[in-house]
Amino acid sequence: MATLHIDGNPYEADPRQNMLQVSLTHGFDLPYFCWHPALGSVGACRQCAVRQYRNEDDQQGQIVMACMVPAAEGTRISIQDEEAREFRKSIVEWLMINHPHDCPVCDEGGECHLQDMTVMTGHAYRRFRFRKRTFTNQDLGPFINHEMNRCIQCYRCVRYYKDYAGGRDLDAFASHNHVYFGRSEDGVLENEFSGNLVEVCPTGVFTDKTLKGHYTRKWDLQSAPSVCAHCGLGCNTLPGARYGGVRRILNRYHHDINGYFLCDRGRYAYESVNRPERIRHPLLHEDAHDTDTHSKPEFCSVDHALKRARDRLHSARRVIGIGSPRASLESNYALRALVGEDHFHNGLPAAESHLVNVALDILRHGPAKAASLREIEEADAVLILGEDLTQTAPRMALAVRQSIMRAPEETARALGVPAWNDRAVRDVIQTDRGPLYIAAADETRLDDAATSVVYRAPEDLARFGFAIARAVHGDAPPVDDLPEEDAAVAQRAAEALANAKRPVIISGTSLGNESLLRAAANIAWALLRREKPAALAWVVPEANTFGAGLMGGRPLREAYQAVSSGAADTAIILENDLFRRTHDVDVERFLQSLKSVIAIDSLRNRTTDRAHVVLPAGTFAESDGTFVNNETRAQRFFQVLAPEEDVLESWRWLGHLESGTAPSEEPRWKELDDVLAAMARDLPELAGARDAAPAADFLKNGSKFPRSPRRFSGRTAMLAHRDVSEPKPPVDSDSPLTFSMEGSVTIPPAELVSHYWSPGWNSVQALNKFQEEVGGANRGGAPGVRLIEPEKATHSFFTDIPAAFTRSDQKYLVLGLHHIFGSEELSRHAPALAERIPEPYVAIGEADATARGVNEGDEIVLRILGRQHKLRARIRTRLPQGVLGVPAGFPGLTGLVFPADGHW
Amino acid sequence: MISMLKTLWLVFKHAFHKRVTIQYPEEKAYLAPRYRGRIILSRDPDGGERCVACYLCAVACPVDCIALDSAEDEHGRRYPGMFRINFSRCIYCGFCEEACPTYAIQLVPDVEMAEYNRQNMVYEKEHLLIDGQGKYHGYNYYKVAGLAIGGKGKGEAENEDPPIDPKSLM
Repeated sequence: MATLHIDGNPYEADPRQNMLQVSLTHGFDLPYFCWHPALGSVGACRQCAVRQYRNEDDQQGQIVMACMVPAAEGTRISIQDEEAREFRKSIVEWLMINHPHDCPVCDEGGECHLQDMTVMTGHAYRRFRFRKRTFTNQDLGPFINHEMNRCIQCYRCVRYYKDYAGGRDLDAFASHNHVYFGRSEDGVLENEFSGNLVEVCPTGVFTDKTLKGHYTRKWDLQSAPSVCAHCGLGCNTLPGARYGGVRRILNRYHHDINGYFLCDRGRYAYESVNRPERIRHPLLHEDAHDTDTHSKPEFCSVDHALKRARDRLHSARRVIGIGSPRASLESNYALRALVGEDHFHNGLPAAESHLVNVALDILRHGPAKAASLREIEEADAVLILGEDLTQTAPRMALAVRQSIMRAPEETARALGVPAWNDRAVRDVIQTDRGPLYIAAADETRLDDAATSVVYRAPEDLARFGFAIARAVHGDAPPVDDLPEEDAAVAQRAAEALANAKRPVIISGTSLGNESLLRAAANIAWALLRREKPAALAWVVPEANTFGAGLMGGRPLREAYQAVSSGAADTAIILENDLFRRTHDVDVERFLQSLKSVIAIDSLRNRTTDRAHVVLPAGTFAESDGTFVNNETRAQRFFQVLAPEEDVLESWRWLGHLESGTAPSEEPRWKELDDVLAAMARDLPELAGARDAAPAADFLKNGSKFPRSPRRFSGRTAMLAHRDVSEPKPPVDSDSPLTFSMEGSVTIPPAELVSHYWSPGWNSVQALNKFQEEVGGANRGGAPGVRLIEPEKATHSFFTDIPAAFTRSDQKYLVLGLHHIFGSEELSRHAPALAERIPEPYVAIGEADATARGVNEGDEIVLRILGRQHKLRARIRTRLPQGVLGVPAGFPGLTGLVFPADGHW
Repeated sequence: MISMLKTLWLVFKHAFHKRVTIQYPEEKAYLAPRYRGRIILSRDPDGGERCVACYLCAVACPVDCIALDSAEDEHGRRYPGMFRINFSRCIYCGFCEEACPTYAIQLVPDVEMAEYNRQNMVYEKEHLLIDGQGKYHGYNYYKVAGLAIGGKGKGEAENEDPPIDPKSLM
């Protein structure tokens, strides 16, 4: 730690930081624009001017930019210096010369960094009386609204979009005061992380287009800490709700996971919560299985639905429960408690369930730890084995893109260039990039950043992985007959990983091949034997895939068997569309043979259409619960809004089902903590989930924490059209949060942060006050509890190396190719996101296409497991021969378990 | 004795003074143009709704009796899809009018708002929006804002240069 002086007072600071960061950490209000904790300093906007003194005796000093001054021992600056203040004020005045008179109609208004900085510097009156410069806007697609007139030319957008996110289609054009940020022509911003521009832009140039359709100011958004429900990474989010609907998602800073950024799926999938296809009342459908009558389900009251459901449960021979990897731990557990351990199924097809167990066992019994996204970002060598990260775990791809800067940054450090000095670091390292090896089935969106990419069929990718492990450590099993070309790349990858200080191996379940997971484990373990702190990062498809795996249920196949053997005749299906999991014929046969089907879900789907009783489940926004992410971190999400209709959390419904026959009887689960306590008793491995967030009785200064911002408006008029006497706000017995603007005004523990605001800081940059140090850890520790930590015990390498892929003339190996927009079930319902979903297609390698005389766009009839699929051909240069790809989770292609055998 | 007579004289004299009491409701009281009474939403000189649904009135309201929800027409012009004032809560402080950047919301000299049923004190947008400009004439917010709306492109607002060509270096 260095001691330095700000306005004459001594402060302790980390000498690796700059003076702007240090000043903000110590609570000084120093305005800035171009600096961003994740993007570093460029000293371009001249806003953070301070006076720096050479030593104690120096009375003169000089004006410098705080963001470009290292926090070295003995540094002396003055923020309050009169000339520095005048300087900062004049900078804002210049920036405001052309800024339009837009605040009332600007979506950034009320959470605008430019507004905050203008107020902070004291600039209040526009002296410039000439004409304002104007720009035309571009249509940037369904996510981002463009309003160039408001730009203050801080360059944050292109620095984020090009340098950080690796985008290519946003740039700065023209010169002098005409500098324009946009695309070369109108069109969709292609990068999968474009939504972050909304938060990166300090003013209203880039704003959330989906918010524009139902615009609400920040001060009116009721919000609660949440966890993204649309992939397995568990990024932290802050959904904001008003008038009974979710209106937008903002990033919630988690130091170890998503940091400052989200992917576009995570940011824009929220609209699925507001859709008309939501189930908001219980449905009864007595003839659900009689396909001839075409009867329609009917709405009914909660009591009636519960009575009918209980009647069906009581008259059942045996009830089985089908859980879900997209339902919370609590809901899955409540179902398990209701039907009993032996009759609980995890809702996954057998193959996927097996893969999840393999991945979990490697973490449970192996010495390698699961890498967090921050550890991936800080890794200096990365190997991706069989995942197209941008499509399967998007935020992880962004982390990998940062990792390639780590090795070359060493060069800059050796020259004494601090890491925050972004422009200088980039000048030093030029085009130098750290090792990133990708082994994939087809081209990925990270290929441009990779050192080498190997495109092979899944078995060959696994063999390639095993070969790397062998090259790292001689105890690992050898791979026979590996093509020379692959062996050479494997050798180079092994050297890069073994020479790295913090290597990370990434693999996952998307190709449906367990050997890939074993190969990845072998590599990590081989590196650990060489004393390298290697970490493993798994990619799993859904928000609670690992949670469902840890719950230990049986796979779907056994549920089907239990029913076909006549052992069970009633099923409770929890937040699971079986038609997306297994083959139509199997699901159909299963449902037909059941006497009663009770489904609990939030959105209508083919399974709920076939249920006798449907109970309306809350989405992530209307429920409290816990998800376990890809690093086995249990994280709690809280109700953002109290649902007004009959919607309840799934675990509550299950508690009501269990309570007995009389409607007045107390449900088994009165509050969330009851479920968590019972789960901790029953499943010790999941006991940590209880500590993922403070319990409902947690208070600070005798108060709970408010969900509404302090200046929440319209309280006495919002519901006045129904009754002029406003109702009592809903009471929340499940969490330490209230549905109110009243409560503790202190900064809550990181798990309970509902909004970023601090006096004078209305924009998202108020986040600075919620961190231990600016850009550092969450105040009070990063949210969540990791359920599995590595064992020190010895381990032996996996030796079951698969045989090489052999192509046959009769059939093709069909892989499920994932898409960030379209492969995930819930996000497909969000209208803005739906615009980005491609048409279903079949990907064909160039060699196969030539051999069969197929051209791009030709229609092909592909037969998979007896089902015919008419699809347009897409010719892919990299897809290996004998392998086809179809988009996973797309309509018409659901229920297929990949890889599958295809004929054409 | 003298003081008694003086008092009698004074009272007697008042009998001939002009009456202060007015015969309300037959006779109306004079309310100054800037009297803070009933709240209305006004229109700009072109007849368009002045309110741009910026939520500033709602946030300025100390009793939180204004609730609105923004909407946007096909030309990009924002307006309140819903605008509700609960006059049973309103304290007629005028903060909403002060906060309004477009002169849309105005307090007018009308105090005749009493109701037998409190529910009738809840005014929706149809009860609030008038057909004129109210107290402030001539102001048209979109003429000074940088936002393009139907009928007004970029660079066509007051005090604006025509849009620059980003492909030019000059």
